[in-house]
Amino acid sequence: MTMITAPTFPRLFAGIEDGPSYQAHLGRFGDRPSLLGRKSEGLQKLHQLLDDAPLIGRGGGGIASSLKLAFLATSSKPIIVINAMEGEPASSKGVALAMVAPHLVLDGAIILAEALKSTQIIIAIADDDTRTTKGFQRAIGERREAVTLEISHPPAHYVTGEESALAHWLSEGSALPTFRPVKPSFVKIGRRAALVHNLETLAHLALLARFGAGWYRAKGTSQSPGTTLITVSGAVRSPSTYEWTYGRTLADLLDEAGGLTEGFGGALFGGYGGTWVGADALSLPLDHESLRAAGATLGPGIVIVLPKHSCPVAELTRVVEWMANESVGQCGPCVYGLPALAKDLRTLGWSRSTKMQFERLLAHLIEVDGRGACRHPDGVVRLIRSSLAVFSRHFDDHLRSGPCAAVNAPTVMTLPKNRRR
Amino acid sequence: MRLVVNPIACDAFGYCAELAPELIHLDEWGYPVINREVTRGLIPLAQEVISACPRRALSLRDD
Repeated sequence: MTMITAPTFPRLFAGIEDGPSYQAHLGRFGDRPSLLGRKSEGLQKLHQLLDDAPLIGRGGGGIASSLKLAFLATSSKPIIVINAMEGEPASSKGVALAMVAPHLVLDGAIILAEALKSTQIIIAIADDDTRTTKGFQRAIGERREAVTLEISHPPAHYVTGEESALAHWLSEGSALPTFRPVKPSFVKIGRRAALVHNLETLAHLALLARFGAGWYRAKGTSQSPGTTLITVSGAVRSPSTYEWTYGRTLADLLDEAGGLTEGFGGALFGGYGGTWVGADALSLPLDHESLRAAGATLGPGIVIVLPKHSCPVAELTRVVEWMANESVGQCGPCVYGLPALAKDLRTLGWSRSTKMQFERLLAHLIEVDGRGACRHPDGVVRLIRSSLAVFSRHFDDHLRSGPCAAVNAPTVMTLPKNRRR
Repeated sequence: MRLVVNPIACDAFGYCAELAPELIHLDEWGYPVINREVTRGLIPLAQEVISACPRRALSLRDD
């Protein structure tokens, strides 16, 4: 028998050379530790572990995993949902985990299930995501487990990965967010409570349960312990998903991604509902506390680098138009507000906007902010506001002199086809 | 206390803003925006507005 040693770095991607098989996984990481116990013993152990780390969710909300568990405390045997929806066009960590470490994800979910005495695990993968599906199908086929492991395929839309939309889909086949005036709250599938975790969070849990909180904290910063997956795209030579130690700077990450293809024009953190940061972004340590201080978050682990010579107004406009088309059409302020914002921006980008038209854009931002059942419209507002702040000079130029030379340059931001619902 | 709009249920009938302009105004698309907290004296008005909504989209929350 070979000795199992805890990985130093990378962690989740430690087995990248051995392939994703279950045998390679067991050889590298050893058997899954069990948190089974009498009565609530397992649950207590799990709580302790999540608290000691602490394990912060990697889905984008930045919610401590122990908090999610605490909300469940009264409901027994929840359905465990592995959220692999990847609605963000600029994220590819789901497929990366499916290709490299699907068994860490499954281990994490099974550890949770055992501690909570759950019998059912559902992996939610968008219906058009064949690569992630294949990775998990193969991994499930390699294992014999007491819990049921099944894959569900919600429709691929931006909003479907939202927790309540996902639970709604799994309950009734309707992938629409529901109205939750009190947050955070736990979601239900039918009449059973559900615990929804991003797939990356579960992969970290699999290692945390094996090697302990001390090991977990040996990397990263005191407030952001561990490592995290970040998908980098835009003006870099090797866009991809990287495992990253919390606290290391964006400049280092861009080096890791092969360096810039041209001058640095700013970075979008957190995806299409995220926050732009200007030249300061390069020296920014990528961890919860530093990003929070800059008014941003990593979201589900996304950085998009804007090249210096592109037009931020044009890039923003196209993303807002895309996001408007991704609205699920439930709430008036989103249905009417997002297209109105897109139109304001289109005018600003491609024709000569008056000061009054620009002020209308600002008024629309106030009207839309915080008024949807889910956070989709809020994300768009945040994206536009941060863009206005970071690229104020470029916006001023458009206002003063009309469209810039780069306005029709090819898009930097990935824009998949909006699907009809 | 505060009035809360369920934006999924709301269909922009606009009765609420008509009945209680001190509590609610409408955005440019006709959807309600809450102006202020519901103080003790305004609770009866808020309750009237809640029951007048044909979509049952309004509620009073204490948090």
